[in-house]
Amino acid sequence: MGAVTVRVLFFASLREAVREDALDLRLPPGATVADLRALLAERLSGLSEEAARAIADGDVRVAVNQRLEQSPDVRLAAGDEVAFLPPITGG
Amino acid sequence: MNVSIRVQREDFSQADEWSALRARTGAGAGAIAAFAGVVREDAREGTPTQILYLEHYPGMTESSIADIVREAEGRWPLDDVVVVHRVGELAPGDQIVLVLVASAHRAAAFAACEFLMDYLKTRAVFWKKETRGAASEWIRSTEDDFDRAASWKGEDGAAGD
Repeated sequence: MGAVTVRVLFFASLREAVREDALDLRLPPGATVADLRALLAERLSGLSEEAARAIADGDVRVAVNQRLEQSPDVRLAAGDEVAFLPPITGG
Repeated sequence: MNVSIRVQREDFSQADEWSALRARTGAGAGAIAAFAGVVREDAREGTPTQILYLEHYPGMTESSIADIVREAEGRWPLDDVVVVHRVGELAPGDQIVLVLVASAHRAAAFAACEFLMDYLKTRAVFWKKETRGAASEWIRSTEDDFDRAASWKGEDGAAGD
């Protein structure tokens, strides 16, 4: 199995902190949601300490293919859409 | 049971949505409840002009609303539900949300309409940012919104307390 590329989406305050609404990220095979959180937190720490901490600490929830992640151990597959969602305000 | 959910930047016409619902529902739908939300002006004196920006996650936001409607359907017998929610930049006085509920009887229509709004305010996938003058802030649901949504936890379709 080779590396998998996933599409990462950012919303609201996180999108502003990261200054991107989406990016493609290559992950080692078998990478989980927890692995992605750690990788992203490390990558973003230079850009926004606050965003990196929110991603690492789980204050930001993750949706995989538009479903809220139930477990951090879910393995990601090539082409997955992984969204990082700050606490919602509601309508 | 017809369910119509739309998330859009454009304004909506309550009259048009009403006519469309009336065309779909028969004489059996003896009660139609409607709620329209309008961006409220901050009444405090000296408050700079306020802009509300709503962001959503296309696809997931609509399915979060569909989940809420499904929950209402499980509690009351409903004939038709329309939810239109706006996103993007809105100013005080702008329409922001419309909920229409048709049912055989008024108790179900009123209750389901209120339930849908209470849940939309806390569970629908939206983020709101408020700008006053030079200051912008992402806001969270208020405690009151959560209390109102929590009051529906009863199994029998009635408020829990």
